[in-house]
Amino acid sequence: MFLLLPFDSLIVNLLGISLTVLFTLLLVFIIVPAIFGVSFGIRKLYMKTLLKIFAWATLRMERGAKEKNHQLYKPYTNGIIAKDPTSLEEEIKEIRRSGSSKALDNTPEFELSDIFYFCRKGMETIMDDEVTKRFSAEELESWNLLSRTNYNFQYISLRLTVLWGLGVLIRYCFLLPLRIALAFTGISLLVVGTTVVGYLPNGRFKEFLSKHVHLMCYRICVRALTAIITYHDRENRPRNGGICVANHTSPIDVIILASDGYYAMVGQVHGGLMGVIQRAMVKACPHVWFERSEVKDRHLVAKRLTEHVRDKSKLVTVALPGNQLCPVFQYDPQFGDAFWNSSKYGMVTYLLRMMTSWAVVCSVWYLPPVTREADEDAVQFANRVKSAIARQGGLVDLLWDGGLKREKVKDTFKEEQQKLYSKMIVGNHEDRSRS
Amino acid sequence: MGSRASTLLRDEELEEIKKETGFSHSQITRLYSRFTSLDKGENGTLSREDFQRIPELAINPLGDRIINAFFPEGEDQVNFRGFMRTLAHFRPIEDNEKSKDVNGPEPLNSRSNKLHFAFRLYDLDKDDKISRDELLQVLRMMVGVNISDEQLGSIADRTIQEADQDGDSAISFTEFVKVANFFLILVETEVSLLLRLVSNS
Repeated sequence: MFLLLPFDSLIVNLLGISLTVLFTLLLVFIIVPAIFGVSFGIRKLYMKTLLKIFAWATLRMERGAKEKNHQLYKPYTNGIIAKDPTSLEEEIKEIRRSGSSKALDNTPEFELSDIFYFCRKGMETIMDDEVTKRFSAEELESWNLLSRTNYNFQYISLRLTVLWGLGVLIRYCFLLPLRIALAFTGISLLVVGTTVVGYLPNGRFKEFLSKHVHLMCYRICVRALTAIITYHDRENRPRNGGICVANHTSPIDVIILASDGYYAMVGQVHGGLMGVIQRAMVKACPHVWFERSEVKDRHLVAKRLTEHVRDKSKLVTVALPGNQLCPVFQYDPQFGDAFWNSSKYGMVTYLLRMMTSWAVVCSVWYLPPVTREADEDAVQFANRVKSAIARQGGLVDLLWDGGLKREKVKDTFKEEQQKLYSKMIVGNHEDRSRS
Repeated sequence: MGSRASTLLRDEELEEIKKETGFSHSQITRLYSRFTSLDKGENGTLSREDFQRIPELAINPLGDRIINAFFPEGEDQVNFRGFMRTLAHFRPIEDNEKSKDVNGPEPLNSRSNKLHFAFRLYDLDKDDKISRDELLQVLRMMVGVNISDEQLGSIADRTIQEADQDGDSAISFTEFVKVANFFLILVETEVSLLLRLVSNS
């Protein structure tokens, strides 16, 4: 130990210098390709290596569990209730039919046993329901060395724990600072760049600069998240003067789309850091930002959007409604959980979670344009677009919208159920009084 | 690892719940995962609001009554044990249980307990009788505003007339059970619920 003393400060200095150099080299290595839109393929290689490690880890866990005779918790992704779609009337008739010997067309008006229908339906939804299920993050069948996605994390073997520890070290001590540095660079460049461009007079030069500033910064941000994106059907990429709709899983969607094309965005005004970014961006490019209160006024929204689109010189708009539409995006949950439960985590916590995951892997499909037919009204058109997106992503087209996560259910749905039931018992009552 | 680790289900607890409710190992873990996902406050118990957040339950006309059934008298929180105990009432009776030892404690999902559960949905004041008012209340919940007070009143009167045997214009538990259809209905309900409760082998 005494030997080290005179060399202490020297070693510390050397260490400091080499780390800084390494860091800067990395930054340059990552930022420069981002500026030119080139990729070295490092991220894909990273992904492949990770996959191999995960497969090994899962095997090890399963083997370990079998040895100890543990019930390894395998998430049951199909839900616990096998539902077959039947209507209220059919089910109540079935309940009555099983007890009554009377013919079906002469069913009595009300039976004490009718309560069983509502009771059973209630119990089933408590055990499992379509909507809440969709809003919980997917449970994985293989373990990706992130303890947050595995409920059953128990000590299985030394090797596995060491691997997990190594993973933590790499993610928090190497990847995280790197990513934060990149994100910081990206965001500040975006804010500064767009503000500067904003001072230029409107014209083609301004647009050209604006486009490249936007693209460059988004590409840096994409690398900040280590997002590995596969674009499908790029020939369908939206061109000038149209509206593009995408599903919205998290704010990362914006970054992913915007790094591949220059869009004018439509979204809600945020406070804090996001607000600063939004205000800067709007100086260089005509994005449309709405207040939450304005959103409630559908006519105002429609007016502003049509004004924007009609101006043919403006760019394609991307609307990111908070609806449970199904993806143009699809995230691979193996590398990190991109799902944002906004009622549980704030934005910064969410981003930190993203940055301490391995990567964000997703696929983007560009769907061919859909034009409104002459005899369709707005709602039908919207539903048609929604189903097209749902079909592509292979997910279920839900009637509910994402707002249900937060708000209380609208009473109209309950009233519908009551109406159906009343029709059943009153309808029969009328038949009776007639005969 | 976060708060999740502190709420992991321990093996001994799992065994106790299995014995008490009769659910299988995998069903209990699955329902535990469901419990934790409903528990937004992450404190190991569910409040009434946690239940009301389930959209399909919130639109169920009898939703509030069903939620009440989970909470013991005067309490506002239910833990996982209590949650499972209530759910156990609806677990179908499997064949190998039918000929179980008669002297043992009655299983939670016995026919009698199931009927008690349904009875309690009607009998709000817990006086072991369903009065005309209580019946009207439940009927009103099920039909909403679509039927007039008069019509609803006559439906209630008719039902009580048909069921009442001791002339007290109310339905006692024994009379409730005697409404002959019940046992047969229960068999059917159980079979369909059994088919629906898919278990992980």
